[in-house]
Amino acid sequence: MLRFEGVEVRQGSHRLAADFEVGGAGVTAVIGPSGAGKSTLLSVIAGFVAAASGRVFWADADLTPLSPGQRPVSVVFQDNNLFPHLDARANVALGVAPNLRLSDAQWARVDAVLARVGLDGKETRKPAALSGGEQSRVALARALVRDRRLVLLDEPFAALGPALKGEMLDLVRGTLVADGKTVLLVTHDPGDARRVAERTILVADGRAHAPMGTGHLLDNPPPALAAYLA
Amino acid sequence: MTKTLVGGGLAAAFVVLLTLGPLAVVALWAEAGAGLGAGDWAAIRFTLWQAVLSAVISVALAIPVARALARRSFPGRGVLVLLLGAPFIVPVIVAVLGLLAVFGRTGLVSQGLGALGLDPLSIYGLHGVVLAHVFFNLPLATRLILQEWLAIPAERFRLAATLGMGPWDVFRQLEWPMLRAVVPGVAMLIFLICTTSFAVALTLGGGPRATTIELAIYQAFLFEFDLGKAAVLATIQFAVTGAAAALAAWVAVPAAMGAGLDRPLQRWDAARGPARVLDAGWIGLAALFLLVPLSMIVIRGVPQLLGLPVQVFEAAGRSVVVAVASAVLVLCLALPLASAAQALRGTRAVAAGVMESVGYLSIAASPLVIGTGLFIVLFPLADPAALALPVTIAVNAAMSLPFALRAILPELAVVEAQYGRTADALGMTGWARLRWLVLPRLRRPLGFSAGLAAALSMGDLGVIALFADSENATLPLQLYRLMAAYRTEDAAGAALLLLALSLVLFWALDRGGRMHAAV
Repeated sequence: MLRFEGVEVRQGSHRLAADFEVGGAGVTAVIGPSGAGKSTLLSVIAGFVAAASGRVFWADADLTPLSPGQRPVSVVFQDNNLFPHLDARANVALGVAPNLRLSDAQWARVDAVLARVGLDGKETRKPAALSGGEQSRVALARALVRDRRLVLLDEPFAALGPALKGEMLDLVRGTLVADGKTVLLVTHDPGDARRVAERTILVADGRAHAPMGTGHLLDNPPPALAAYLA
Repeated sequence: MTKTLVGGGLAAAFVVLLTLGPLAVVALWAEAGAGLGAGDWAAIRFTLWQAVLSAVISVALAIPVARALARRSFPGRGVLVLLLGAPFIVPVIVAVLGLLAVFGRTGLVSQGLGALGLDPLSIYGLHGVVLAHVFFNLPLATRLILQEWLAIPAERFRLAATLGMGPWDVFRQLEWPMLRAVVPGVAMLIFLICTTSFAVALTLGGGPRATTIELAIYQAFLFEFDLGKAAVLATIQFAVTGAAAALAAWVAVPAAMGAGLDRPLQRWDAARGPARVLDAGWIGLAALFLLVPLSMIVIRGVPQLLGLPVQVFEAAGRSVVVAVASAVLVLCLALPLASAAQALRGTRAVAAGVMESVGYLSIAASPLVIGTGLFIVLFPLADPAALALPVTIAVNAAMSLPFALRAILPELAVVEAQYGRTADALGMTGWARLRWLVLPRLRRPLGFSAGLAAALSMGDLGVIALFADSENATLPLQLYRLMAAYRTEDAAGAALLLLALSLVLFWALDRGGRMHAAV
C-alpha cells in the first residue's frame, strides 16, 4: 500500500501536490498531459526528487529519509536501464546484488527469470545485440528478480511499436502482477491504461488525483482529462 | 557519497601538498635569499621575450595551416591531423635532437647552405629556443584553431555561397569573428607553456643572452649550490607562470581535446585557383617541418640502437618504471577528484569547483619550481639522489593531472547523466558502482589519460635534473648527458629508443582503453 501524505513538490515554477493512497497489487496507470508531472510523481516515490513538504509511505514505513537504493522500489526508465558494457545476465543480476557477487543459486534464479521473459539463449548478449523489445524484457526481468514489491514503470515502452508495446504490457501483467507486485505505469496513451490498469491516477493542473477505476475515469473524463484526450 | 568525498579530499590534499607546499617553502626561503643581480633580470626578460615570440609565431603560422586543413580534403589528411597531436607526446629532448639534425651546424639545412658556399646556421640562442617552441606549439595551435574553424556551422558557408561571397567576404563575416574569439586564448596558452619549458632552454639556450629563469634555477643548484638564490628565482618563476595562467584562464583557452577533426568543410569561395596552391603550400610546409626532424631521429638512430652502452638501457628501464608509476598515480588522483567534483556538482557547486581547480593547480606551478621547494625540504632529511625517482613520479603525475581531469570529467558527467539514476535505483554505491559502472564506461578517457601521463613522464627532463646523480638517471637525462659529452652517435640511438618507448607506452595504454571498449 502506497500512501502520499500532503506531498507537495516544487520544481522551478512547477508544482505538484499528491494526497492519496494506492491500494495493493495490480497495475495503476498514471496519465495526463506532458509536463504535468507524471514522471515527477514517480521520481518522488523513487527518491530522485525530494518533496518540499509531506511524506510518502509504503506499508506504513516512511520512505522520505531513504536513498533511492534503500527504497522498496524497482524503477524501469524510458531508456538507459541497461548498462551497455554488461550482458543481459549481468544486467539482471545487478538487481540481486549490485556488486555482482551472486551465489550459484542466485545465478540460477537470474537465468530462470530471463527464460520467463522469453530470453532463453540470449543471456550472454550485450544490449547492443538485443532488439528494443528484448532490451525491455531484460529491464522487466530485473524488476522481476528484485525483492521489491513496488515497481515504477516510467514510459518504458514508449519507443516500441504498438504491437510490441501491447506484448510488453501483457508481459507486465503475466509476470510482475502475477508475482503480486504493485505496479505504477506512467503512460501518455489512454489505451495502455485500458489494457492493463485496474486504476488510473490523473495528473493535471498541478495535482495528482486519487486513483479511480480506469474504465470509469476514461468514460467520464473530468475537464482536464477531456481536454487532453480530445 | 561520503566515501567519494573522502577519496576526493585525500587526492586533493596530496595535490595541494605537492604543488602549494613547495611554493610556500620557496617563498619562505626566498626572503632569506639575496636580491636580484643583472643576470637574473636578464633571465626574466629572456623568459618573457622568447615566450611572446614563440606564441606569436606559432599562432601566426597556425592560422593559414588550420585554414588549409579546414577547407581541403586530400588523401593523408587524417594522418596529418593525427600527427599534429604527436609533438605533444614526443619527448622535448628528442625533438630538439631532431631539430639539430635539420637546422643545426651540421644539419641538413647547413649542409645545403654549405654546398652553395654559405655559412652554416647556428641554432643555439634565442632563435633556437623559439624554433623548438614553434615546433611543439604550431601543431597544438593548429589543432585548437582547426577545431574552432570546423565548429562554424556548414550552413553559414552554404549561405555565403548562395550570397555569392568571395574569400575576402567569407573571411570578414565568418572567419575573422571566430579567430578574434579563439586566437588570444591559444596564444596565451602557448605563452604559458613556453615560460616553463626547461628542457628546451637547457639544450638550446644558455649563456648570458639566452638563459630562462628555470635554467637559472638549475644553474644556481648545479654550479653554485645556492639554494637561497634558487628559491628567489623559483618565486619569480611562479609569479610569472601564475600570472600567465590567470590571464589564460581569463581569456578562456579552448579545450585541448577536441574531437571530430575529420570532416573538412565544403567551401565554395576557395574552390580553385591561387587559394588551392596556397593551401597546398601551407600544408606541405607544415608537414615537412614536423616530419623531417622526426624522420632524422629514426634515420640517425637506427644504426646505433644495438651498440648503445648498457647505462642507456638501465636508464630506459628506470624511465619505464617512472612512466608507468606516474600513469597509475595520475589515475589514482584524477578519478577520486573527478568523482568528488561530480558528486558535489548538483548540491554544492562551489565545493565542486574547488575540487576541480585543485587538479589544475599544477598548471601554474612549473616542475622546476616544485622541484626546488621539494629539494629544500628534503635535502636536510635524506639524500636527494635516493628520492629522485619517487619525486619525479609524483611531480610528473601532478603535471599530467590537468589533462587527465579534462578527459575524465566530461565523460563522467555523461555517464552519471545517463546511468546514474538506474545505478541509484539499484543501490550501486562505492566499489560496486566504480567496478561495474564507472570503470567500464570510462575506459577510453582513462586509457588516454594513462597513456598521455606515461608518455609525458617518459620524456620529462625537469625535476630529475635537480635530484638525480649518475646512478639513477632517467633516459632523457642520460640522453642529455650524452649530448653534453658530444657522444653524438650514442645520443642518436638513445633518442630513437626514447621516442619509441614514449610512443609505444602511449599507444599501448590508449589502445588498452579502446580495445573491447564497451559499446
